[in-house]
Amino acid sequence: MSGTDDNTPTEAEKLGGSGPTTTEAPEPTTPESAGPSRSHSMLREIASGNALAGVLAVVLAVAVGSLMIALTDERVRETTSYVFARPGDFFQATWDAIWGAYTALFRGAVYNDRVDDFATQIRPLTETLKFAAPLIAAGLGVGLAFRAGMFNIGGRGQMLLAGAASGWVAANVELPTALHLPLAIVAGMVAGALWAGIAGVLKARTGAHEVIVTIMLNYVGFYLVFFMLSRQELLQAPGSGNPKSAPALETAVLPKILGERFNLHLGFLLALVAVAVVWWLLGRSTLGYRIRAVGENPSAARASGIDVGRTYVVVMLIAGALVGLAGANQVLGTVTSGVTVDLDAGIGFDAITVALLGRSRPLGILGAGLLFGAFKAGGFSMQASEGIPVDIVLVVQSLIVLFIAAPPLVRAIFRLPAKEAK
Amino acid sequence: MKLVLRNITKRFGSLVANDSISLEVSPGEVHCLLGENGAGKSTLMNVLYGLYQADEGEIVLDDQVQHFTGPGDAMAAGIGMVHQHFMLIPVFTVAENVMLGNESTGVAGTLDVAAARERVNEISERFGFHVDPDALVEELPVGVQQRVEIIKALSRDAQVLVFDEPTAVLTPQETDELMQIMRQLKEAGKAIVFITHKLREVREVADKITVIRLGKVVGEAKPTATNAELASLMVGRPVELVVHKDEPQLGDDALVVQDLRVRDALGRVHLDGITFTIRAGEVLCVAGVQGNGQTELTEAILGLQEHVEGSVTLDGKQLVGRSVRQVLDAGVGFVPEDRQEDGLVGGFSIAENLMLNRSFRSPFVRRGSLRRDALEEFAEQKLKEYDVRAPDIHTHADKLSGGNQQKVVVARELSRDLRLLVAAQPTRGVDVGSIEFIHKQVIATRDRGIPVLVVSTELDEVVALADRIMVLYRGQVIGIVPGDTPRETLGLMMTGERPKDMIA
Repeated sequence: MSGTDDNTPTEAEKLGGSGPTTTEAPEPTTPESAGPSRSHSMLREIASGNALAGVLAVVLAVAVGSLMIALTDERVRETTSYVFARPGDFFQATWDAIWGAYTALFRGAVYNDRVDDFATQIRPLTETLKFAAPLIAAGLGVGLAFRAGMFNIGGRGQMLLAGAASGWVAANVELPTALHLPLAIVAGMVAGALWAGIAGVLKARTGAHEVIVTIMLNYVGFYLVFFMLSRQELLQAPGSGNPKSAPALETAVLPKILGERFNLHLGFLLALVAVAVVWWLLGRSTLGYRIRAVGENPSAARASGIDVGRTYVVVMLIAGALVGLAGANQVLGTVTSGVTVDLDAGIGFDAITVALLGRSRPLGILGAGLLFGAFKAGGFSMQASEGIPVDIVLVVQSLIVLFIAAPPLVRAIFRLPAKEAK
Repeated sequence: MKLVLRNITKRFGSLVANDSISLEVSPGEVHCLLGENGAGKSTLMNVLYGLYQADEGEIVLDDQVQHFTGPGDAMAAGIGMVHQHFMLIPVFTVAENVMLGNESTGVAGTLDVAAARERVNEISERFGFHVDPDALVEELPVGVQQRVEIIKALSRDAQVLVFDEPTAVLTPQETDELMQIMRQLKEAGKAIVFITHKLREVREVADKITVIRLGKVVGEAKPTATNAELASLMVGRPVELVVHKDEPQLGDDALVVQDLRVRDALGRVHLDGITFTIRAGEVLCVAGVQGNGQTELTEAILGLQEHVEGSVTLDGKQLVGRSVRQVLDAGVGFVPEDRQEDGLVGGFSIAENLMLNRSFRSPFVRRGSLRRDALEEFAEQKLKEYDVRAPDIHTHADKLSGGNQQKVVVARELSRDLRLLVAAQPTRGVDVGSIEFIHKQVIATRDRGIPVLVVSTELDEVVALADRIMVLYRGQVIGIVPGDTPRETLGLMMTGERPKDMIA
């Protein structure tokens, strides 16, 4: 135990001030008292850690990212060779590299001050929102499952199946827009829900661990969609030899909400609606209450008459539908030229990070999704204008996860007190 | 070795957890530290063990002032601690656990397990512990695991032994054995600090008693003090240890259990055809040593057990084969034996916990959404009615003391329209003041004409509450006897001996 912990009261002790017999006597902060399911509670702590930890993780990741930018920059390396002769050069080069990189990221993600026309200036922001939409929707799907104590690692498979279903409806059904578009979206959400529901049913009925099931379903989903895309009689575009479906019909494409000059489409508004729905579901509805009860303490939920298995199934269905919305968003809005097995573009996995960073709370996920959308949009411009490999952005994203997963490390670096109340 | 604590003061922010506490423990003496949960006993011991540093005051061992910066210093100085939650590694053997942190090594850094094994045997024989050094800790009963903790402390030549609430996890038999061990250690010249809030144990083993309340020493007592005297010192007001109850106003047969059999997933029989009846307005207490089918009985009634045969009817309605929710809706209130595991959601507020088994319909639900205002109003009212000591209704359940947690569970269960109350170990790990309160609530429930089933391993509680007592032994009913049956008879029944006069 470090020196800083000794004088730090736990929450219990603080509360004791207002009613001395209220609380347990302070216990030494030993992890042993955590009980048998320590890995489970650890994962839960990571999934629901406090907001400050998330912010600090981002700060740290950006800081380490700066180091990487400096290390990979050619001018910095040149100046290093004579750093003792002319240290000024070295620091100037380092500063230029880091400043250049992050301003390029900002210009690519939020506001480009290097062009005159206002529409072009704010175009990056609309790109960020476009990239954020599927991350938010899928992040909600992962986060909702977290809240029920389940780890939905199957975002990729769920998105692929959803994309395939949406893509098929978009390309093969002829209806007016008012019906066609909703039908295509719903088809994707249903497909995602059913694919995720498999994991829910298996867990409820047989106790199969959802992490393993969802990971394996990613592979099954990938090859299943690949197979369907390679068969003329199934999904493959007529007359084509590539594993790709026919493009979506106009009537099923998500309309652009800021006119043709911007790529931002209706999918972002749908993601916002999803945030609102999940917020209501978790905080205000009885179903959400039961989901949280099951996630926090399944045995108490069971002893109180809540059907835990059924809750697992329901949660996975809703989670899959949300991830499915992300898949539909991709196929009907972002890339409408036809479904391929690349449609998930890593979103299925990034959604896990988004949910972690957003602490599995709807508004947190919204913020984290926007941040990651900005990374995606800005990463390209960083590479284009500064020659910094886009991988740096991926490294920063990964570092965020790493720092979130290691709360003691973050606490030690920022000298925060040991974990208090959630 | 003589231990003296002089004017120890420990503050956490504005809260004074220990306010100038002084204590003297001589070799060959058991000194009891008595106090309710949250009185500051554990803080004091953590100061002694080097986990906290005192703000004022000093620790003196044999006239030497000590400055502990961690448990390592305390151990080196001869202080050993037996924690309430054992600090053992389940997958290690006894010998490996004993040597942990104090490993002696042979050539090339190999562990000298043989020496540790010998040490365990030596200590085990000296005190008659009967501990096999090669047994895996996870396979040992709780009482034996505790002895491993004691051996661990003794193997480091501890002269002062601190037992922090050691009996909370023990069965009555194991408790008796522990008392015996403490006496032996005392005779071997160790100084013993025994922290507890259980009065009977104190009087049985203590040489001196110091009572702590709200961080201060409020008095010292002799072991000859009565329970009532000790309890009122502890709580700060007179406490009724005997539950006043009138003759039961018996109604019709309400809960009828016939030939109930419960097996687990592996096919082992836990309840082997038991039959009993509880009438409206009657308390039936189930006595027995832990693990003789009591848990399975309550869970079978609730619908939490999978393999149940036989019949359980409540007011003529069959409960076997129903879901938990259907059983609860039939009017069964349930206080589970492990409130943290089955009774409460630790991360939920008090208010949210109060609606845990009512998330499907009014009064807290309207068309699928929560009625927060109704819930909060209800929670405020229950907080007052049940005297739950908490800052407010939004306090998380896991921040409450055991007694207050249990009051939340009891409040939730008793505020529904009940037709049966099932209370398993209703006062386990609960302070004296709350025990009194909960017992009164149980009797009040009975007096409203509701049948009550209480399961308890504490004979005191059984005798205090029961109108009739049913003793379970290895999944069978040994006998159902009147509530005023002598303890000796009950004790014999708990070991499986059938009384001559079986039916009450």
